[in-house]
Amino acid sequence: MITVRTLVVDDEAGMRKSIARVLSKTVLTIPDVDQQINFEVDLAADGSEALAKLKSNQPDLLLLDYKLPDITGLEILDQLTAEESEMVTIMITAYASLETAVAAVKNGAFDFLAKPFNPEELRSTVSKAVQNLIVARQLKKLARERHQVRFQFISVLGHELKSPINAVEGYLNLMKSKTMGDDIESYDSMIDRCLVRTRGMIKLILDLLDLTRLESGSKTQDLCTSDIRDIAIRSIETMQPMADERGIQCVLHADKTIDLYCDSGEIEIIFNNLISNAVKYNKDNGSVDVYLDKVDNLITIKVKDTGIGMNAEEQATLFQEFTRIKNAQTRNITGSGLGLTILKKITALYSGTIKISSQPDQGSTFIVTLIDNIDNEENH
Amino acid sequence: MSDVANETILLVDDDFDFLNQLDIQLSAEGYNIITAEGQKAAEKILEDTCPDLAILDLMMEHQDGGFALAFHIKKKYANVPVIIVSGVNSETSLKFDASTDEERTWVKADVFLSKPIRFEQLLKEVQRLIKG
Repeated sequence: MITVRTLVVDDEAGMRKSIARVLSKTVLTIPDVDQQINFEVDLAADGSEALAKLKSNQPDLLLLDYKLPDITGLEILDQLTAEESEMVTIMITAYASLETAVAAVKNGAFDFLAKPFNPEELRSTVSKAVQNLIVARQLKKLARERHQVRFQFISVLGHELKSPINAVEGYLNLMKSKTMGDDIESYDSMIDRCLVRTRGMIKLILDLLDLTRLESGSKTQDLCTSDIRDIAIRSIETMQPMADERGIQCVLHADKTIDLYCDSGEIEIIFNNLISNAVKYNKDNGSVDVYLDKVDNLITIKVKDTGIGMNAEEQATLFQEFTRIKNAQTRNITGSGLGLTILKKITALYSGTIKISSQPDQGSTFIVTLIDNIDNEENH
Repeated sequence: MSDVANETILLVDDDFDFLNQLDIQLSAEGYNIITAEGQKAAEKILEDTCPDLAILDLMMEHQDGGFALAFHIKKKYANVPVIIVSGVNSETSLKFDASTDEERTWVKADVFLSKPIRFEQLLKEVQRLIKG
């Protein structure tokens, strides 16, 4: 139950009482709000009493008579609009002229009720106002949550950027103070760690830029029909040096054209993410198999590796931002923890899904589906 | 190299580079170092090894892994001094130190140091605790 605190301001005692009687018996239900709504009614007989009550304990809903003995309802509204508030106001007036109504709405009233009105009219006007109030509240809550999420993202990001710099600085200090003596080769492993951490940081920054571009939606998609086999081949070629270093075989399995109406840059990010993960988390002399298929407008990209795999617990956290599986096997693998977040965002642009099956020590298979929305082509 | 030689220090931190750097520095001071990258690995080592001192990170895979591990060590080897090192102060603005008796009743550590730590300070604490 949501209780709407209501203040009724009218100089006619009979009017105050009858509004109070109707509202205190009213229980509203509003679409998309699963709780019922009732009213707690307070009364004021003139402008100064109303202002005092509004200042000490602001209600959610104000029913305000236009004509009061001391000041007009409009003047009260005037004093209120200066402060930011969630309160909704309904103006009650015997002079239901368009002019009064416009002035009231200009001064911040949500709606107006013309005297005389019946209980049904009162309930209907109040119901609309309350709906507005609740939607406004929900929007505010959503904005707060969004702010919170962004704040959390920045705070984790700060940590993720600080930690490689700290590590590199630590090694540099050890080198500067020649902790390991004068033989430069003693410092090889420190230099290697500095390079691993620096590369990780660069990757994080690049991924962050990709993500920002996707999230802001500012980048317009450059759409055309492409055979995504070509994109897959390009991506495999990019990863080839990294794969060759460790004797990993990358093979593309696709026996027909796989046309997709897409932004090829986005699809390349998908392949780069999937294939680089499959290479990075593979074992030496392992293999990466990329399967492409298209049935009707459903495209399936399957990337299977023979790598270190993941247990169920690790799989569950996979799509959280900045999550990286951390163990002795992954220590020297560079990554930002944003790759799969980016993959998920792009996949969503193509109404797609991502499925993972993985066994520790056996390898992982990532299956991404995308919908070829060729019908949209005419609209672009 | 100093001549304090051969006392064993257990280092536990899930940040490999931090662990590695402390390992290099303390080894250069002549200590015998055992490292563990997490609570579980540390517990395994503690099954058959009693170090002369332990340096633990507070937040590892579990938020309070360091506390739990410190408790474990003190229960098994009551006389082994424990230093807890943590970035928690700078990250959450929570204040921890083992400076009062009340705190020492629940923080099973002899010394609490905040990251970033100064190695000289850590070394001084290590020397003091191992001597005592």
